[in-house]
Amino acid sequence: MAETINLGKALNHGLRRALENDPKVVIMGEDVGKLGGVFRITDGLQKDFGEDRVIDTPLAEAGIIGTAVGLAIRGYRPVCEIQFDGFVFPAYNQIVAQVAKMHYRSKGNVRLPIVIRIPYGGGIGAVEHHSESPEAYFAHTPGLKVVTCSNPADAYTMIQQSIASDDPIIFFEPKRRYWEKGEVDLAGELDGAYPLHAARVARPGTDATVLAYGPMVRVALDAASAAAEDGRELEVIDLRTLSPVDYPVIFESVRRTGRAVVVHEAPGNLGLGAELAARITEECFYSLEAPVLRVTGYDIPYPAARAEEEYLPDLDRVLDAVDRSFGW
Amino acid sequence: MAKGERDKAGSDVPAGGFVQLLTPDGERFDSATTADGTTYTVDFTDEEYRELYRDLVTVRRLDTEAVALQRQGELGIWASLLGQEAAQVGSGRALRPQDMAFPTYREHGVLYCRGIDPIMPFGLFRGVDQGGWDPNEFRFNTYTIVIGSQTLHATGYAMGVTMDGRTGSADGEAVIAYFGDGATSQGEVNESFVWSGVFNAPIVFFCQNNQYAISEPLERQTRVPLHQRANGYGFPGIRVDGNDVLATYAVTRAALDAARTGQGPTLIEAYTYRMGAHTSSDDPTRYRISSEVESWKAKDPISRLKAFLTKQQLAGEDFFGEVDEGAGKLALDLRERVLAMPDPQPVAMFDNVYPNGSPEIAAQRRAFEDYQASFEGSGH
Repeated sequence: MAETINLGKALNHGLRRALENDPKVVIMGEDVGKLGGVFRITDGLQKDFGEDRVIDTPLAEAGIIGTAVGLAIRGYRPVCEIQFDGFVFPAYNQIVAQVAKMHYRSKGNVRLPIVIRIPYGGGIGAVEHHSESPEAYFAHTPGLKVVTCSNPADAYTMIQQSIASDDPIIFFEPKRRYWEKGEVDLAGELDGAYPLHAARVARPGTDATVLAYGPMVRVALDAASAAAEDGRELEVIDLRTLSPVDYPVIFESVRRTGRAVVVHEAPGNLGLGAELAARITEECFYSLEAPVLRVTGYDIPYPAARAEEEYLPDLDRVLDAVDRSFGW
Repeated sequence: MAKGERDKAGSDVPAGGFVQLLTPDGERFDSATTADGTTYTVDFTDEEYRELYRDLVTVRRLDTEAVALQRQGELGIWASLLGQEAAQVGSGRALRPQDMAFPTYREHGVLYCRGIDPIMPFGLFRGVDQGGWDPNEFRFNTYTIVIGSQTLHATGYAMGVTMDGRTGSADGEAVIAYFGDGATSQGEVNESFVWSGVFNAPIVFFCQNNQYAISEPLERQTRVPLHQRANGYGFPGIRVDGNDVLATYAVTRAALDAARTGQGPTLIEAYTYRMGAHTSSDDPTRYRISSEVESWKAKDPISRLKAFLTKQQLAGEDFFGEVDEGAGKLALDLRERVLAMPDPQPVAMFDNVYPNGSPEIAAQRRAFEDYQASFEGSGH
């Protein structure tokens, strides 16, 4: 039964299904219970599954992740909500020093099937610490896997796949796309679904490859539509998995188009785009017609809300980069 | 102040007192009753007293061997438990088989009491692995090096025990989290107190106050005695003579049983002293004076139990000699096995990064193997 629902509701359905399918799945975080989360992603779940399955935690992010580690050792599958991107840092030690390393440290004896959900990115007119894109910190950390969804159908499937995975996964949710609608097959099975750690061609094209993820996929697709009016066919790839990156799909595309533009909201310096540019250059050197270009946030703290429109990569900046690529 | 809870302005008892059943001279109190009316006692058979003595001597002897191995270049580093044997054996023996322990990196004595081969942590300290063993097999988690982090893991695990319905009866499960005086300044330890209190988790926080966090004395960590911190989190805190294996056992056993029967957390401050260096890389002469060390030597956990056994005629020189000999044999065996530990295969560093693997790690592993193979036959 395909339904048209928004991305936030798709996550809610996915979480509900995970709770139904596995009694070891527990949701924990600040305000996730009665309130249903500040974005209502866990709306109604505590009412239906009880306070032991959907746990309103004390206001302490290190505590959320640290106790999730213990619950996972006990055999549970915790799904932790960090309320906003900028609030994850008190938990950084537990994520990087414990969650990421426990399997390695214990020679594979301890698995931590923990999902850490983080609403990220700007565009909602928020105050400081509510609009950041910290994905590179986690993608840089061995032992963590990092994914992000860009549309309701992926949101529904990917959250369930992440919970079912034994790897610790940081699940970034594009918060400004929570209200974007799309068709979701709520009866769809995970068996045979599009794999979690795989990129997807969101729009096929022949002239240049635009790599984007999370909230920027919409921007890249809009840019591709505009470019098509000018006779340029952009191929948009939704990365979906940021660690590991699904490179074969990217390399195949860039070898075909000869041009690559990477788009993300996070600051450019040492961001995902830097690594992608390096790897594409290494693997597709003889196919490239121009250097890999990046369209990113600037290397500044996230600016005040009334300036964010100028900070965030938009359609024009993406097209400008495409023009520069063709003008090389 | 009842008998046993000693509170006098002497050098051997901290202000405010602590639970003690065995004095440094080997005098035994039948029981100790705290100001709130809780009475602690132990009821050991003669044989059990002797076995506690054997435990203390054995863990010290193994520790001595480890220090020697480090000095001889066979271990990269060692964190000695010297002086803390009673705190570790007393609490370790108080655990029931179903209980789960979350150690720091110094709990070799607890590890021994859990029945784990004492060689297990040597992989970590020799540098051949990160110390991996199966926590669920041994009911003893991997060593945690970042100070205090494991208290949250223990808390989460204890929450899981409750969720599994494994508390509320005498055969319920309890969890113990080990940490030191320095760790009490960590936010994560304080968060674990908050969470355990709020969720009434079946956990015992066992703080070995060994007076120093590397060089920093207790006064740099706290204005109040550490066990009093528990008041602010809404659960009992108690200080025990950590060099008294009997009192440590009694207090820990009571706290674990309270936890397993659904009465929530307890903070135990085991008042003890780190007789050696923080680790083999440390030089304690830079921050503490020898007279202080000497005063603690007089409170040694082993000599007081030996004095008790002797006075009570529970053991004599034959027994003590036999214990020393047995511990020596174990130490020799440990030494030989440590020296025989193989270095890891370099390619094994790519193992176990992820349960489900990663194509990126797999590619790097293949490239590494090819690179290594390129030297084959080259004489390098």
